[in-house]
Amino acid sequence: MYNNNQYTKTSQYWRAVRTIIWKDLSIEMRKKTLVSALLIFSVMVTLVFTFALDLDKSTKDNIAVGVLWVTFVFSSTLGLNQTFANEKSQNSLEGMLLSPIDYTAIFVGKFISTYIFVIIVEIIVVPMFYILYGIPLFSPLFLLIVLLGSFGYTLVGTLLASIATRTRAREIMLPILLLPVAMPIIIASVQCSNAILSGAHWGQFSNAFNLVIVYDIIFLGVAIMTFDYLIQE
Amino acid sequence: MPKPNPRLQLMTVSSLILIILSVYMVLIYAPREIIMGDVQRIFYYHVSSGWIAALAFLVTLITSIIFLATQNKSYDRVAMSSAEIGVIFTTMNIVSGSIWARPVWNTWWTWDPRLTTATIMWLLYIAYLFLHAGLEGHDRRRHITAVYGIVAFISVPLTFMAIRIWRTIHPVIIGSADPDAEGQFDMTARMTTTLLFTASTFTVLYFTILWHRVRIQSLFEYMSKLQYQMYND
Repeated sequence: MYNNNQYTKTSQYWRAVRTIIWKDLSIEMRKKTLVSALLIFSVMVTLVFTFALDLDKSTKDNIAVGVLWVTFVFSSTLGLNQTFANEKSQNSLEGMLLSPIDYTAIFVGKFISTYIFVIIVEIIVVPMFYILYGIPLFSPLFLLIVLLGSFGYTLVGTLLASIATRTRAREIMLPILLLPVAMPIIIASVQCSNAILSGAHWGQFSNAFNLVIVYDIIFLGVAIMTFDYLIQE
Repeated sequence: MPKPNPRLQLMTVSSLILIILSVYMVLIYAPREIIMGDVQRIFYYHVSSGWIAALAFLVTLITSIIFLATQNKSYDRVAMSSAEIGVIFTTMNIVSGSIWARPVWNTWWTWDPRLTTATIMWLLYIAYLFLHAGLEGHDRRRHITAVYGIVAFISVPLTFMAIRIWRTIHPVIIGSADPDAEGQFDMTARMTTTLLFTASTFTVLYFTILWHRVRIQSLFEYMSKLQYQMYND
């Protein structure tokens, strides 16, 4: 009996998560504003960097990875600002909070849908860097670190976005809260990607790689433990 | 209406006397370091303010956890006040380190792991104070800042351990000596006495300021309650 209940509870939880993801994706499929805005923004940031730094061949190789991560960070922050702002405008967050589901299901659903948007942007931006900066595209370790790094960044970002939407200066607050918390994973991801692309062996970047994974795990735990306190009125 | 507290007045006067004594200790009692000369005397205040920053953020962490567990508002006041003081002492720590580094490292600033982690810590708690100022609704603000106070503390042990984990040019005076460090020296007995004296002086000063700040905060909350009653009668 107990096991049966437990099973139902778990499947209910994931059904709620799936519903939230599906809701966000179908809204985006109809409006098509967020992903297209993020793409245009990423392209613009890349071009601004290219012009501002007036790149010659040798500097290009040295800073390409840094520019790539700055582009990810900027466009993800822009996307994260929308995660809860959309819910706020129609008071639909209150609706979700009133429905009989676990609060963390809201967090997990929101996080996964945002992560999907970030991945869509990365699928287009990484090939663009291949064309503009010559970053090798088909290095599985590099793609893995891109996924893991943006996983951590989006995770902390979703958690802090739920805070930032409740402050007076919503859009300005998120980067102020998020960037210092995310600094370790950004530094580690850049170090890792640089090492991988310059062909370093595992021992030279294993520390940074482990830091990325540990950061992902720690903040997954922190987010699930604290989200209840953040969201309730 | 709370009256002036005689114990608090006593603490204020004694911290003033201790500060004057510590100036004597640092400038006259402590011997002149043979290689770096007089600039080494910054060390006593540099280490003490770093110690107080870590202590203040630890107090913020502990009181935030207690607040979430007990919902007792006075812990929230202590957490916020302590973070404020911590930010001031971190600023002192960074500025004094920078003044010392100019003659010894021949640069005001370098992106050494210790300096990077200290900067991240500083930014995190500035964000914490921004968050505290930007949130509306008392209960909501208390919960959210408590969570951020817990998240932000991750940077404190990282800053403390930075010079002990990574290869860095920052000297490790207390504990093992690092051959890579620039400006390393061994403390004589008089130097140790002076350091302990300034550290204890700063600790007394910290608790005095904390007490004042918590008192101001509770007076402020008392006043807003009176204001609220006045407008609602």
